[in-house]
Amino acid sequence: MVFRSLFCWFAAVCWLLAASAVADDGVFKLTIRNHRFEPAELVVPAGQKIKLEIENQDATPEEFESYELNREKVVPAKGTVVVFVGPLKPGRYPFFGDFNKESAKGELIAK
Amino acid sequence: MLGIGILVLREVLEASLIISVVYAATRGIPDRGRWVGFGVAAGVAGALLVAAFAGAIASAVSGIGQEVFNASVLLAAVVMIGWHAIWMSSHGKALVTKLKSVGTEVSVGHRPLAALLVVVAIAVLREGSEAVLFVYAQAANGSDWIDLVAGVSAGILGGAAIGLALYLGLLRIPMRYFFTATNWLLLLVAAGMAAQAANFLVQADILPAMGARLWDTSALLSDRSLFGQMLHALIGYDARPAGVQLAFYLVTVVIIVLGMKLCGKPKSPISGAS
Repeated sequence: MVFRSLFCWFAAVCWLLAASAVADDGVFKLTIRNHRFEPAELVVPAGQKIKLEIENQDATPEEFESYELNREKVVPAKGTVVVFVGPLKPGRYPFFGDFNKESAKGELIAK
Repeated sequence: MLGIGILVLREVLEASLIISVVYAATRGIPDRGRWVGFGVAAGVAGALLVAAFAGAIASAVSGIGQEVFNASVLLAAVVMIGWHAIWMSSHGKALVTKLKSVGTEVSVGHRPLAALLVVVAIAVLREGSEAVLFVYAQAANGSDWIDLVAGVSAGILGGAAIGLALYLGLLRIPMRYFFTATNWLLLLVAAGMAAQAANFLVQADILPAMGARLWDTSALLSDRSLFGQMLHALIGYDARPAGVQLAFYLVTVVIIVLGMKLCGKPKSPISGAS
């Protein structure tokens, strides 16, 4: 009985992992340069999972953060990271660089 | 200076609150101060290491190393808290009786301290590494040194003060309910950590979101407010949780409560003589 339920759980987890791996995601790129995001406004499709690729060209680390997207990730100096978001409802989703809040601001616009 | 202070405060706050809860939960156990101190020291050392290797960690596992790392340490902390809570459910009563009758420390061994030392170290490591990276970035950007030192000091002091206030508040709980309260608080801390780990795994596309945004209570209580952040650390408050976060939260609560029920007598938790 225990083994059977364990097996079911295992199967379910495998299925979920496989499903998320197979899903075809759009890749969208953000660049951090001089403590600014480029582009500052990025239009992405609503209703599907988005793969954000964030490249930091600065010599200092940055932290990509968004309350609206519920995301937080350090982007090392001269490094590139990947952040998955969504599926999003149509709307505007502000994000910012936590280490340079005054300059590093941007928005995802889900349409 | 203000900006630096606020950011450092925000990073220090969560760790500080968790240290307070742990310190309260280990009341009456000898040497707890030293153990918690060890945990903080280990966490600071870990934070420096993680910050130094941030680049390597981030690019590991094809760009999702940070999430895998964060989720792993968070889940490790969850296991440690769960183990402690279950242990306390069978030993808490003896602890209270001794505390009340003798008013001194009791010899219960150091096993619960070892688990919570890891929790403290992990809390400090996670929040600390971001603070270290931030300070490094500020210094490299040519921030004024006096501003930086003043900001960092103010942030750490502010965070510590809020932690101390929480600790003193917890001490006001009558002894009869004390360990029940701290144990439940630890349980909710653990559930919140599990939910946070789930969010990291969604961010890395390892787990499905099961509803990217289950609800949005940010208008009611924002994540970015001080109170929202305190509740985030203490009970895992999230204004915009994904479905899988809620699932992790609930499963953690259920597993730990079941463990407490099976191993202890939680129905009459600490109902010793008064």
